[in-house]
Amino acid sequence: MNVKAGKKYDAGVKDYRSTYWEPEYSVRETDILAVFKVIPQDGVPREEAAAAVAAESSTGTWTTVWTDLLTDLDHYKGRAYRIEDVPGQDEAFYAFIAYPADLFEEGSVVNVMTSIVGNVFGFKAVRSLRLEDIRFPIWFVKGCFGPPHGIQVERDKMDKYGRPLLGCTIKPKLGLSAKNYGRAVYEVLRGGLDFSKDDENVNSQPFMRWRDRFEFCQEAIVKAEAETGERKGHYLNVTSGTVEEMFKRAEFAKEIGSPIIMSDYLTMGWAAHNSLSKWCRDNGMLLHVHRAMHAVMDRNPNHGINFRVLTKILRLLGGDHLHSGTVVGKLEGDRNATMGWINLMRDKFIKEDRSMGVFFDQDWGSMPGVFPVASGGIHVWHMPALVSIFGNDSVLQFGGGTLGHPWGNAAGAAANRVALEACVQARNEGRELEKEGKDILIKAAAHSPELKVAMETWKEIKFEFDTVDKLDVQHR
Amino acid sequence: MSTIQDYPSRLSDPASRKMETFSYLPEMTKDQMRKQIEWIVKNGWNPAIEHTEPENARGYYWYMWKLPMFGETDVDAILAELEECHNANPSHHVRLLGYDNFTQSQGANMVVYRGKNV
Repeated sequence: MNVKAGKKYDAGVKDYRSTYWEPEYSVRETDILAVFKVIPQDGVPREEAAAAVAAESSTGTWTTVWTDLLTDLDHYKGRAYRIEDVPGQDEAFYAFIAYPADLFEEGSVVNVMTSIVGNVFGFKAVRSLRLEDIRFPIWFVKGCFGPPHGIQVERDKMDKYGRPLLGCTIKPKLGLSAKNYGRAVYEVLRGGLDFSKDDENVNSQPFMRWRDRFEFCQEAIVKAEAETGERKGHYLNVTSGTVEEMFKRAEFAKEIGSPIIMSDYLTMGWAAHNSLSKWCRDNGMLLHVHRAMHAVMDRNPNHGINFRVLTKILRLLGGDHLHSGTVVGKLEGDRNATMGWINLMRDKFIKEDRSMGVFFDQDWGSMPGVFPVASGGIHVWHMPALVSIFGNDSVLQFGGGTLGHPWGNAAGAAANRVALEACVQARNEGRELEKEGKDILIKAAAHSPELKVAMETWKEIKFEFDTVDKLDVQHR
Repeated sequence: MSTIQDYPSRLSDPASRKMETFSYLPEMTKDQMRKQIEWIVKNGWNPAIEHTEPENARGYYWYMWKLPMFGETDVDAILAELEECHNANPSHHVRLLGYDNFTQSQGANMVVYRGKNV
């Protein structure tokens, strides 16, 4: 008889690399892959640090336990399978880790992330750790819900084609009464914007309770639609302290006929957001997604979670719009990195491309795309660059750049709309927007006094701060 | 700074009605139309024409002029078709579409002849 002996129990602390470092491992299509930027503690070899990350984000514990032997750990363990230098940063390296499919619950982003960015981020053997990218295999993608509608359905519902959509966040972000707030909404919509937006911290404060805001905003939409003959919406923020309250507000938004609501997927929590997204598909409601708190996780180049991972997570959880950064405005953004996650929001299949910070091929199967939203610190002079960078499938949001117009919101909105259409028309005619932008805007302003004044107002504003988080593509 | 100007949009003023993409710009000249058609052809989209009485412009579905011109790349032929639709329905809005069958969407959609708004 040929008996195969099992492993013997051997108590104590073992090197992680003896179990979790497998450079010869060939990655399976079903694996979830992750790449971390690791800065190990002094004296910890790269292989050991990478293996430790693999262990601590999957099956490992600091010491051997006898119950390890009741299962087949080789089947469940994560494996560090590759190590690469980080260009220009000698103390850091990239650790590539493969996690087998059976480690995770189907359809649960919460489960995947609890594993992969759980305890390991406080782990002593590494000085800092940053999750740079994740490859979600198609089986996991298909098990997730995805955007409630997606780009194509939103265009059909709103009846808007061949150009980026235009929005505006109502300011001041806090302190307006509901009726005065509705006035600001009405003015920007009648002036030519497609959407207006609640700011992320507008929930239901004493100065403006949610129900009053919803009702006044809806009247603004209805009248602006009748006046312009176009479809309009206002992102009613339903983010609130409990999910019961959130759904109550979402139901009311639907009852009064609002086409779109909004949530903050990081502060609200992913489970709550996922439920809201499903509700949106069931109820024909578009979902705008804000990303408050993202910079806490994604801004430090050495520790945290890169926004491209948070982008993938949102596409899986579901949302029809997601803020992406503007590249040109007051907020952070490296152009190539931003283009990388914009592609991850919109395209069906994204190829590995290190120049864009994309470490893995990502296949989205039939999952709909998400509109990237460029918002913050932008005005009419940025329009040519924005249309060129973002293309049609985007939402461009001008807050101060609409409301700060010397003649008021409606004129500010009209200025932006004229500038947008002039840029789209010129692009279609084969002109180079980023070179000829000035000429295009000046010509358009000849028949739009609103645009002319906007161009005089904002001409001098410039944003030239250096980006803190840059792509690691060259030595610096 | 210049004095503040009113934004003269009114429920009672038909001139306030817009028709989506490019309706905030002056009506297109023949030459501008030609360039937009070239854009549609260059992208490999299928040109199509729709029209409506201005009073019914707000619905999703306008009247389809014949069938979409699948595979048509001759800019003059498309321009002639737009003109024929306009001549047959002189009071109507006429719009030019570019169907993108890969995204199942419309890559372009613009009113090229404007009727009298109501």
